[in-house]
Amino acid sequence: MPVPAYSFLLLSGVLFTMGAVGFLIRRNPLVVFMCIELMLNAVNLAFVAISRYLNSLDGVVFAFLVITVAAAEVVVGIAIIVQVYRAGRPMDVDDLDLMKE
Amino acid sequence: MDTLAPLVLLTPLAGFLVNALFGRLLPRRVVGWVGAGSIGLAFVFALVALSQVLGGQRLDQTYFTWWQSADFNVPFNLYLDQLSTLMILVITGVGFLIHVYSVGYMREDPGYSRFFAYMNLFVFTMLLLVLSGNLLWLIIGWAGVGLSSYLLIGFWFERTSAVLAARKAFVMNTIGDVGMVFAAFLIFLNLRVLDYQGLFSRVHQLPKGGVVITAICLLLLLGAVAKSAQLPLHTWLPDAMEGPTPVSALIHAATMVTAGVYLVARMHLLYDWAPAAAATVAVIGGLTALFAATIGTSQVDIKRILAYSTMSQIGYMFLAVGIGAYAAGMFHFMTHAFFKALLFMAAGNVIHAFHDDQDIRHMGNLRAGLPITFWTFLIGTLSISGFPLFAGFFSKDEIIRSALSAPGADFWLGVIALITAGLTAYYMFRLFFIAFGWEWLSHDDRHLHEALPVQTVPIIILAVGAVVGGYVPVASFLSPVFGHAVEVGAGAFIGLAALSVLVALVGFLTAYLLHARRPDLAVVWRTRLGPIHTLVEHKYYVDELYDRVFVRPGLALARFLNDIVEPRVIDGAVNGVADFFLLEAREFRLIQTGRVGTYALWTLGGAIGVVLVVAAFLGYLPVRLGG
Repeated sequence: MPVPAYSFLLLSGVLFTMGAVGFLIRRNPLVVFMCIELMLNAVNLAFVAISRYLNSLDGVVFAFLVITVAAAEVVVGIAIIVQVYRAGRPMDVDDLDLMKE
Repeated sequence: MDTLAPLVLLTPLAGFLVNALFGRLLPRRVVGWVGAGSIGLAFVFALVALSQVLGGQRLDQTYFTWWQSADFNVPFNLYLDQLSTLMILVITGVGFLIHVYSVGYMREDPGYSRFFAYMNLFVFTMLLLVLSGNLLWLIIGWAGVGLSSYLLIGFWFERTSAVLAARKAFVMNTIGDVGMVFAAFLIFLNLRVLDYQGLFSRVHQLPKGGVVITAICLLLLLGAVAKSAQLPLHTWLPDAMEGPTPVSALIHAATMVTAGVYLVARMHLLYDWAPAAAATVAVIGGLTALFAATIGTSQVDIKRILAYSTMSQIGYMFLAVGIGAYAAGMFHFMTHAFFKALLFMAAGNVIHAFHDDQDIRHMGNLRAGLPITFWTFLIGTLSISGFPLFAGFFSKDEIIRSALSAPGADFWLGVIALITAGLTAYYMFRLFFIAFGWEWLSHDDRHLHEALPVQTVPIIILAVGAVVGGYVPVASFLSPVFGHAVEVGAGAFIGLAALSVLVALVGFLTAYLLHARRPDLAVVWRTRLGPIHTLVEHKYYVDELYDRVFVRPGLALARFLNDIVEPRVIDGAVNGVADFFLLEAREFRLIQTGRVGTYALWTLGGAIGVVLVVAAFLGYLPVRLGG
């Protein structure tokens, strides 16, 4: 029994919303990071589903690109988090406000 | 022939390049050889060119096209006829002697190679001016002469007065350059040509004496007046004496100031077609001749007296070419080159002997001290004063005769020229008697040294030219260019010659009486002439007038711009813009909270906004945007 295409998009939307809300309300930088990954992968899911729906490989290619960028971003992000932790600063994104003004 | 003309041009250029690029590395002897030798070689080429021109050849050869745009075509072509041959012969010949003299005169100067590089550049640009076959290259040479004169007048740049004099010469010359450029514009606008051949064949398409041709000739005259130091753009020439003496000789005899005469002679078909402009040339020439001669009678600086005498003699040449006696003007150009180069170089020897003192009242006893300089200077003085059988006598007489035998107002210019001839004899012998002094004038007996042979031999050669130059048949040589001059009957010839000799004799006797026999009378007359003498001594206050009318208002305007406009208006606008944004930024800065959450919210809001706008454009929302 084929799964209808809109269910994938629905799942993608739910995952993205979860990621976005988590990103906005959680304070722990690691969790914030995981929320970003959640959003990215929600988008990937939408890309792949629509790609299949349209019988085109464009969306798949984009998904690969997003995975690559996400990997690079995680490398940089985790490195920053580790440095902040070593500097003994609180692990709370709201207190990391050196960019203020 | 078609390789000869570029060779004449390129040898001084090569000398310039060698001395400018490697002069510091080369030994002085080589620098001198290259500097003088390149001009000497050019003179040899010019002599070969002369033999071919005498054989009936002439040249108008295009070597390459510089640029071309629609019907605007600028070729590089050289034009060698009798007129330019005479010019290049004098430029390279007299120029060569001046270069040889400089080898001795400048021998102790630290800027030896720089000096020869500039001198070669000067000769090169002057040759370019003369040999060019179209107006554009003429103007390039014209500007190049201005540049080299600037460099040479300011050669001793550690002296403030030299720098100021150089700047003055350059500014005055630039006024003339503007006239030249506008003349070229007008010619191209109306005739669509820039080369001489086309210009001379098409000039008659313009209405004779019309506004256009008169304007062209007057604009060309502006250039000529500036370059040749005629009224009213003459004030740079006396100041140009700040340069080394060989430079003065080069400027006054071989190059530069004669360019204006050459220009009018070269463009004689245009001036024949614009009688009003030609008359202006003649009037300017006559007035300058008299004006400068009167100033010359009251100066005490040996080089300044010679400078004013140059102005006066160039005035003669302008007068000649203005009344249509082109061959007479060029004849006087040639003889003048001989005796003026002689006078300047002899004066240089005197100045050296008196340790750079240029005041004629401090000089004397030169017959014993500097015999060669003394006798050659005497020959030069006799020649410029127009004593019979000397070169200056023939050429000056030719001009006076042409003017006096012409109808109408030209006759009065002839009278002015005659008076000037008397004044010339007076001021030249005044200079001679005071500076060169006979034994009976008491002067201290400083030990004077005659200059080196390398300095005296060129002067002796020029002295020969100043004597026999008058027998060169310049008028018949130039007749293919200007046509045959009107012959004057033998009776009138002798009568006018006797008249001019008489006038010169009066000048000589006055000088003899006042400055050799009875110096006390000179003092009496000076006080008796009181205000007139002061007026003349201060050069008619022309410098002061220009200072009041042009320099000071210009400075005041500059000061106003610098003190008011620059800080208030320009800086005010720039700083105002910056201040405005700083002030506004104070509000917008508050957006930056530094909190990741805030930024994320903005990002999300933005993303949703973009999605909504795109959706609205695509028609998925119940609002209509755009089409």
